[in-house]
Amino acid sequence: MKKFFLYLTSVILLLSIFVFPASGANKPPEKGEQLPTINLPIPKNPDERNYLGLSGSGLFKIPQIKAKVVIIEIFSMYCPYCQKDAPGVNELYRLIENNADIKDKIKLIGLGAGNSSYEVGVFKNNYSVPFPLFPDKDFEIHKACGEVRTPYFIVVKINPDGTHQIVHTQLGNYPGAEPFLEIVLKASGLK
Amino acid sequence: MEKKKLVIFILLGVLSAFVSVRMAFPISDAYKGNIYQLGTLKPIDSVLKVKVGQPAPDFTLPSVSGEKVSLSQYRGKKNVVLSFVPAAWTPVCSDQWPGYNIAKDIFTQNDAILLGITVDNIPTLFAWTNQMGQLWFPVLSDFWPHGGVAKKYGVLRSNGVSERALFVIDKNGIIRYIDVHDINKRPPLENLAAALEKLKK
Repeated sequence: MKKFFLYLTSVILLLSIFVFPASGANKPPEKGEQLPTINLPIPKNPDERNYLGLSGSGLFKIPQIKAKVVIIEIFSMYCPYCQKDAPGVNELYRLIENNADIKDKIKLIGLGAGNSSYEVGVFKNNYSVPFPLFPDKDFEIHKACGEVRTPYFIVVKINPDGTHQIVHTQLGNYPGAEPFLEIVLKASGLK
Repeated sequence: MEKKKLVIFILLGVLSAFVSVRMAFPISDAYKGNIYQLGTLKPIDSVLKVKVGQPAPDFTLPSVSGEKVSLSQYRGKKNVVLSFVPAAWTPVCSDQWPGYNIAKDIFTQNDAILLGITVDNIPTLFAWTNQMGQLWFPVLSDFWPHGGVAKKYGVLRSNGVSERALFVIDKNGIIRYIDVHDINKRPPLENLAAALEKLKK
């Protein structure tokens, strides 16, 4: 009988380790919170590496990007709204890059939920996406971000001491480049 | 002893409930709350009736745009990809064709046409595919006789929907690639692209 309870306890322990944190993570990141831990590969493309202010190889975390604000779009090559919004999000990149006051302060990245690097490449080529996109083939990031519907935007403010907070999140409803930039500037205090 | 089994059974039940939650898929906001969640299904529930190297069974089906489409009309002209998806308004299916919609180059570069097929009727397919934007490929209804074409190919499941299956058929009408995929997962696009590239060899 003792053996049985030992067995039962270990099953419950295993359950709590593998199962319950996953279900607890089913909450999208919210304003005021920190990002879940997301490790991304440092881009091989030198232009993308320079854009993000990174060097070397290996992995990086989003708050390591050299910027005051990072806009993250969780997208999928397979999502019709992400496709429809793609030209408008490209326009946001250009608006930022063409404005000397904010160019070095705001950076934009995309995370392809459930997309292989081939599929991310199809999306990037099809819409000539000028900012870095990262595959999330096995939905690891997507799960960590509460399995949100797509496109999902997260605006993160990076503080001088290296800490960070989410200052805005938004499911779809992309209003166009200029209004969205306004939202980003206000939420992050850059304006 | 019986108690022991019961407790383990309950624990496994709890575990499977959580595991099915983890299988959730990202859904485009395009469909809002209109996607019906099915949970995790038996990966494959049919027995193939065709093989690579065999002639593909011919069929004629009505398309959403109105005309009838026959497989044989492409004989000698185009390679054909048949994409069976299980049902309209369900998770994985609602994403698969919008992806193919922006990957047209992969098909045209390999002189291929894509035919999307489900067992849904035309009005349902019309409403569903309207959410995907303008599709460049025909969408065919295998509604009546119900699942007739899916049955011919051996991809009709026991509950009347089709498998999530891809068939690549060359210009001679010969099947060159089959992927009857786990119904819960989307087939990676690179696998299909590689199969199409192989037709050139």
